[in-house]
Amino acid sequence: MNKNFVLYAAILIFGLAAPFLFPAFKVQLSILCVLIVLATTWNIQGGEMGYNSFGNILFYGLGMYLCASVQVGMFFPLAEWTESGGEKTFVHTPIQFFQGMAVGLVVAALVPTIVAGLIGYSILGLRGHYFAICTLGLGVAAGEISGGIEIIGAGQGFTTPPFPNVGSLEARGEFFYFLSFFTLVLTFIAVRSIYSTRFKLILNAIRDNEDKAEAMGIETMKYKIIGWMISAFFCGLAGGIMGGLVGYIDSTDVAFDGREMGVFMVLMAILGGKGTLWGPIIGATIFHIFKEGFWTFFLGWQYVALGVLIVVIVIYFPEGIMGWLREKYPERFGEVVDEKDRKAQVELK
Amino acid sequence: MDFLVFQYPMITLQACLDGILLGVLFALIAYGMALQWGVMNIINIAQGDLVILGGYIAYFMYLYGIHPAWGVIVAPVIMYFVGIAIYKLVINKVVDRDLFISILATFGISILFMQLMNFAFGADVVLANSGYGTTMLFDNNVVLPNSKIFSAFISIVFAVCLVIYMKKSKLGRAIRATAQNARAAKILGVDTEKVYAATFGINAALCGVAGALISITFTIHPYMGLPYTIRSFMIVIVAGLGNLPGVAMSGMGLGVFEEFADYILGTEFRIGSVFLLLVLILVYRRFKLSRKREYLK
Repeated sequence: MNKNFVLYAAILIFGLAAPFLFPAFKVQLSILCVLIVLATTWNIQGGEMGYNSFGNILFYGLGMYLCASVQVGMFFPLAEWTESGGEKTFVHTPIQFFQGMAVGLVVAALVPTIVAGLIGYSILGLRGHYFAICTLGLGVAAGEISGGIEIIGAGQGFTTPPFPNVGSLEARGEFFYFLSFFTLVLTFIAVRSIYSTRFKLILNAIRDNEDKAEAMGIETMKYKIIGWMISAFFCGLAGGIMGGLVGYIDSTDVAFDGREMGVFMVLMAILGGKGTLWGPIIGATIFHIFKEGFWTFFLGWQYVALGVLIVVIVIYFPEGIMGWLREKYPERFGEVVDEKDRKAQVELK
Repeated sequence: MDFLVFQYPMITLQACLDGILLGVLFALIAYGMALQWGVMNIINIAQGDLVILGGYIAYFMYLYGIHPAWGVIVAPVIMYFVGIAIYKLVINKVVDRDLFISILATFGISILFMQLMNFAFGADVVLANSGYGTTMLFDNNVVLPNSKIFSAFISIVFAVCLVIYMKKSKLGRAIRATAQNARAAKILGVDTEKVYAATFGINAALCGVAGALISITFTIHPYMGLPYTIRSFMIVIVAGLGNLPGVAMSGMGLGVFEEFADYILGTEFRIGSVFLLLVLILVYRRFKLSRKREYLK
């Protein structure tokens, strides 16, 4: 425990100092925080519960639109704002901006949670691939439908309120970095405390054999919905932050971007190792570094690389980095290994 | 929303006929999906992208001055080998694994294909002009392009040929045996690896035919693949695996649904309504099945 405490303190201090150490990478670091949040929360129901969803993008996009709409709608007429399309007819004062952001983030977190609870009962009853395809359909449907609604900008997109002028030029990056870093810390604490309770064991029981879990007297549906709602809460929050960070919301390219963000979160969790606490975090970090490198040096070929990457990861590393480490050093994961047995296995290889 | 479409019987009829002709095409794609799902237990997200690739083959024939209708012969031949190549490179490594792995792997293939097609053919919406005229029915009140009738006819021909092939030929028997029980088929001397490759190839070839027909009748675009995958998935789960008349019927039903959704909700919600319908069907199915489970209790 003591060793872990030092590790967490080191990460926390590094996280707080990062924007001052690497001032040029503030936006990238904030995106990394959001990606880690998405991967970690995907892992709650994808890795621990065994319900592989492509649809968490629904909550992410919902949070993004809600946060921006609330932030604008609290002070100005929303329809006129979207109609002007980025023209600065209305300007938020700093106090209005931060008030709007705070209320917007609360709404962006709560509404997706409620939505997840409402649709959870009907959708989480589906098993296996039916669930995967259904959530894929939900994400795409949400994108297509939000692209047809006039008040949130329809096809032309929605410009989120620009960051107010509060003195230094660095303020915007620092604000969004600390916001996303705070969300990341919050998510980590929440997920870690969830994983040390009986709740995680129930989720694992659902993953391993749902019928048996039900036969043991666990109300599986209740726990599945709670698991999905936790996911949705943090996805919505992450979406709200990302909307402010990007500054522009488009229905299919930014908010409900199943082709990018929706796959990224699955991929990051699988790359790091499904069903572990640290897997998604490691996976997201590696993936983000790789992605940015590729996006910069091979511009235009990034989706080709992404497609190849998905196929390669899925076929050759389905257990992920943590799974590989676990196989290599089982003692470090608290598994008791018979020394003779291990030697025999090494000899066999 | 406007329900004018129901007030004029001719427009209703037009929408129905359009929908049925469109639905036959969907059914052809869904038949390929049912085939590979039944035999290999794989859900191919890249199905729609194979369709679009087939469409581009016909479009290129049109660009080089060959009538695009010949695409229905050329596209399946090329697509068969594309399918075999995909099988050898990716699918044979995920056949026995859990279904989510295959979904994710084919999702990767889908993204790859989308982008490669975008590079190769450009991001424009294109169509191959077949030069067929239109047929007027009922005092010129109902207008049907001949290309739609042609495509429905060709789809039916291909579907019938395939059904006969599956019933009569040796490979067809092997495919059906593998679908029933892969292990038993292996014991009895069926080379299941070859059967899987052939199944995936046939599926890709069917997609090629459908794509060529779509490029004649409608438009194609590199990113338009996913809706076709979702449609065929939907048709298969409504009809059930191996229920051929069901596939045809639900394909036509979906086509009619889409035409009406187009009239009532507006074109911008057309794709969205397809995806919502998928969600609704799955939810309906879940409640139906859960009632069955309670009955067992």
